[in-house]
Amino acid sequence: MATFLFRRLWQAIVVMFIISILSFAIQDNLGDPLREMVGQSVSEAEREELRDKMGLNDPFLTQYLRFAKNALQGDLGTSYFFKEPALDVILKKMPATIELVICATLIIVFFSVPMGVYAAIHPRSFVSKLIMGISIAGISVPVFLTAIGLIYLFAIELGMMPSFGRGDTSPLLGMWESGFTSWDGIHHLILPSFTLASIMLPLFIRLIRSEMMDVLQSDYIKFARARGLKLNRIYYLHAFKNTMLPVITVGGVQIGTMVAYTILTETIFQWPGMGFLFLEAVNRVDTPLIVAYLIIVGAIFVVTNTIVDLIYGLVNPTVNLFHSSK
Amino acid sequence: MNLTFSSNLKQFRDSFLWHSFKNDKVAIVSVVVFLTFACTAILAPVISPYDPYDLVILDIMDSEIPPVWSEEGEERFLLGTDSQGRDMLSAIFYGMRTSLLIGLCAVILQATLGIIFGLLAGYVGGKVDSFLMRVADIQLSFSTMMVAIIMLAIFQASFGTERYNDLAIFMLIMVIGIAEWPQYARTVRASVLAEQEKEYIDAARVLGFSSIRIMFRHILPNTLSPVLVISTVQVANAIMSEAALSFLGLGMPVTQPSLGSLISSGFEFIFSGSWWITVIPGVVLIVLVLVINLLGDWLRDVLNPKLYKG
Repeated sequence: MATFLFRRLWQAIVVMFIISILSFAIQDNLGDPLREMVGQSVSEAEREELRDKMGLNDPFLTQYLRFAKNALQGDLGTSYFFKEPALDVILKKMPATIELVICATLIIVFFSVPMGVYAAIHPRSFVSKLIMGISIAGISVPVFLTAIGLIYLFAIELGMMPSFGRGDTSPLLGMWESGFTSWDGIHHLILPSFTLASIMLPLFIRLIRSEMMDVLQSDYIKFARARGLKLNRIYYLHAFKNTMLPVITVGGVQIGTMVAYTILTETIFQWPGMGFLFLEAVNRVDTPLIVAYLIIVGAIFVVTNTIVDLIYGLVNPTVNLFHSSK
Repeated sequence: MNLTFSSNLKQFRDSFLWHSFKNDKVAIVSVVVFLTFACTAILAPVISPYDPYDLVILDIMDSEIPPVWSEEGEERFLLGTDSQGRDMLSAIFYGMRTSLLIGLCAVILQATLGIIFGLLAGYVGGKVDSFLMRVADIQLSFSTMMVAIIMLAIFQASFGTERYNDLAIFMLIMVIGIAEWPQYARTVRASVLAEQEKEYIDAARVLGFSSIRIMFRHILPNTLSPVLVISTVQVANAIMSEAALSFLGLGMPVTQPSLGSLISSGFEFIFSGSWWITVIPGVVLIVLVLVINLLGDWLRDVLNPKLYKG
């Protein structure tokens, strides 16, 4: 177990190291920090002196070590546009993104589990065929078209839903500005979270269905049937438990993917979260903000993947934790 | 020549592939629709009524004309015009051309990289194998969309929009191509490991053939059917990724539209009621991707029944 943990953590550290080098290379080559600070009016000699003083003429390695040291202390530079520490800017926008991801995850769970289980238990029924048909079609519809469709139908034609922004927000438990506290905030959450959920929903329905069908074929289920246990008990207690194991591990990895798709969703709905902020930063060539976003999102990916792998290793006895798996 | 061709044709007619194709309505419809799209894309310069790249013929007075079946439609523009007076029908023909081109080239790049690395990993084994597969694991753990958005965003910020627009098509192919090679590498590696155990490989080794020759002439042909199966799905995914990236403004510019950038350019106008600028290219994109996905499903069933159930 300790070896497995160690190897997995070591890999996580290596990946974070590569991300930090990439981020630093971007910071080094994209834009000129001096011009952002002093503008055009300073003479060439003074510029050179400032460069020396700021350490911009130091060798790559020295500069990188300084960058890494600052980054480990939570200092990722100051955003050119907001004139605030880049980390603070991103952390301020993070709750909006997290709320969106949480809502989308809830929607996925509430829809995919019953649909997938139903389609597995009654594979030949009309409803199951409908569910599977819709899920194949759903895979082929790009997420921005789903969003446009939802906006057109619910915001423009029916006028039922707001099409952009977060609506009223107020501090939740004194920790962050939350949309969960008011009806208006929740109202604004509906369309974006359904859009984000629509990316994963077909995938999860298909996954749960095929896992559940596999489990229903297994010997212990046949035995349970032979013993005359109630069908509902077999389905929802015995089979369902084993269906959810692989689903949870796949789901963990997909949380990272969802973070990627928040960029698209947030842009379409002008949702003031990290993804929208990132695209704005790109358009303004706000290098420190781009770099800070890269590092934070990279860390989210690495942490979720490491945790998922560890959980998988713990619950799945076929993964050998004690020897190097080959 | 003629004789071998007709005997080949006869062989094909007797094959399982043709037989199962004939009896699958979904497959037939998908192939017909896909071929229609592909021909339209190839012949776009010949059959489209206007040249959407030619800025001279655009007339701002023609802007936002609805399709011909609605009341204010004009017969000159069958599917209406966009906000700059560009004929939507021609723009969609050219857009489909760009989307398909990017999708196919990106998949060719993915497949080339993936096949080479997969063959190496499977055939050489040992340290090379564990290194390549670890890299593939790590790359797969980051979503393609994330990697593509970040890379393109950085290219765009460092090149400036003007120069980036000229290079966009290559950038898209490169980024989508590089981001997805592990899919192929894993599949190829798995089948190499299975093939390697077989006797004909031992025979080739005993005959003293070089490793390269064994890898490419002997093992590779036997790994191609799973490669073909994932290729169809990957083309669909690449087209979708391209559309999403163009929609974000990181892909093709509106002056050389792909389906994604057409949808994107029309997005702001759906609020004012000009739905056709977005909806028609959107429908074309969905049908294109759906048809390729359905074909992929069918191919998977026919070529590799084990893969499907396994």
